Amino acid sequence: MNTAAERSLSRKVVERASSGRRTKDLMFRLALLFSTSVGFVVLAVLVIDVLLDGGSRVSLDFITSPPSRISPERTGVAPALLGTIYLMVLCAVFIVPVGVATAVYLEEYADRDSRLSRLIEVNIQNLAAVPSVVYGILGLAFIVRGPLGLKPVLLAGALTLGLLVLPVVIIVSREAIRAVPSSIREGSLALGATQWQTIWKQVLPGALPGIATGVILALSRAVGETAPLLVIGAATFLLFSPDGLGSRFTAMPLLIFEFISDADTDLRAAGAAAILVLLALLVVMNAGAIFLRNRYERKW
Amino acid sequence: MEATSAGAMGSPRPDLYRTRTRRSTGEAAIRYALLVAALISVLTTAGIVFSLLEETVVFFGDVGVGEFLFGTKWTPLAGGESQSFGVVPLVFDTLYLTGIGLLVATPLGIGSAIYLSEYASPRVRRILKPVLEVLSGVPTIVFGYFALTFVTPVILKGLGLEVGSFNALSAGLVLGVLVLPTIATVADDALTAVPGSLREGAFGLGASRMQVSVRVVLPAALSGVVAALVLGASRAIGETVIILVAGGQKANLTLDPAVAMQNMAAFIAAASRADIPTSGPKYGAIFAVGTTLFVMTLLLNAISIRFVRRYRQVYE
Repeated sequence: MNTAAERSLSRKVVERASSGRRTKDLMFRLALLFSTSVGFVVLAVLVIDVLLDGGSRVSLDFITSPPSRISPERTGVAPALLGTIYLMVLCAVFIVPVGVATAVYLEEYADRDSRLSRLIEVNIQNLAAVPSVVYGILGLAFIVRGPLGLKPVLLAGALTLGLLVLPVVIIVSREAIRAVPSSIREGSLALGATQWQTIWKQVLPGALPGIATGVILALSRAVGETAPLLVIGAATFLLFSPDGLGSRFTAMPLLIFEFISDADTDLRAAGAAAILVLLALLVVMNAGAIFLRNRYERKW
Repeated sequence: MEATSAGAMGSPRPDLYRTRTRRSTGEAAIRYALLVAALISVLTTAGIVFSLLEETVVFFGDVGVGEFLFGTKWTPLAGGESQSFGVVPLVFDTLYLTGIGLLVATPLGIGSAIYLSEYASPRVRRILKPVLEVLSGVPTIVFGYFALTFVTPVILKGLGLEVGSFNALSAGLVLGVLVLPTIATVADDALTAVPGSLREGAFGLGASRMQVSVRVVLPAALSGVVAALVLGASRAIGETVIILVAGGQKANLTLDPAVAMQNMAAFIAAASRADIPTSGPKYGAIFAVGTTLFVMTLLLNAISIRFVRRYRQVYE
């Protein structure tokens, strides 16, 4: 039996030991909270900074008029915004069929252990890690000059960006296709459908929300890319909007680059305003992706 | 498509052969069409390697490999006597900028990952993780603007630092912010993959939450966390626009972060916009630097894949 004195002594010892531990734990917890908050604080400061610099410049006129160096206070972004939208559409036309077909092949047809499908798989992993500026070199050497020889036109830009974001579409589409349970496939095959009929009528509709989300994410990455377009020689400052696949073009990130590289304060403010337009476009696209995911995603 | 397993039964009855119908031909055609699409990604890699090597080989006809790899003066776009193709300053600046970025992003990224996986409630985690991913979706030109018009003049100069309007410190810090979400989310995946039984065992022995996080979960997920860092490094090494906008136009072989620096990717973008002839060593330098950058990121990616495999092998 412990005496009261012994008990109070041992309690004191335990409390002292654990109070040291508690302060240390608390400090650690605060350090973790600090690390986590840095990302959010930077995001907030960044948005506020851009809003303060360019918020007052955003207007309907800003979106619909061409850029101007002569009167920087009245400059607009119309050709770049249209260029970005055209790039996005063309890019989608290219990456949706190719990306989904690749994903279907790898998930539904390829023999997992065959050398070819392992090669394709490792290759996609590596492509996803290649810096975007290197895709610019590919575009420059193969699409703009060399074999295709398109010159720095809209189609060349869209193809370059398409190759850049293709791995994203493939990876996300594969996950979406994999999420369709095999019982669906087996049921369809048992009813006499061919493999392709099963894929086209059962698997792809089931995977569609996931695929659409992936395509939007890929496109929002393409829309924000500057480096590859700079390297292929796309214009940064263009007074007219693109009028066809073979037309010269500029895009929002390029015009922003042009504006903020200028020492003129009015042009820099226009750069901030153009950033706001670009961010707004990205927010709309991402909201669309989230909406699609929440509205249509099926839990099997 | 012929039935070959006739075996001891002799040749099978002719009506058991699978005949080619329109349907089966169509199925086979679709299969090959899909394969062709899948091969586009392989062709992309081949195209990248070919387009880099073709001009690089020509370049090394004009400039010695040793001169390129070990020379310490990088002025490829200059004319006449002052032109020099030593890539060391450019590679040094690339690694130096990446180093500054990782110095910021490593503790913050791992801290965020530990918070998300070990401390945050599932509800908080569900909110925080997507917001962190938003940060990685911000176009890098926006980060470049932020570095140039806010970090350098407001923060660095506000702290009384003597930095140029283009400087390595600002570009490197923002580079750290850029790769922070990559490191945090990949490291978080690795930490959450550690089985709960390890945590419960440690808690049962009387360990505090901090001890569990730092001495049990973190070591158990170490290879995944290292993979996250390598992935972050590979993204930082290949980043173009932040350095192009805020880092400067000149590669400097110095340890002083207050002066301008240029990395390999920013050189490629700047040089391809400069008015240079499309043949000769000035043009070739773009591709030689591109090859160097490509090889470096490929190596880092291979290392990261190896680390990821290791932690998967342990717990799945």
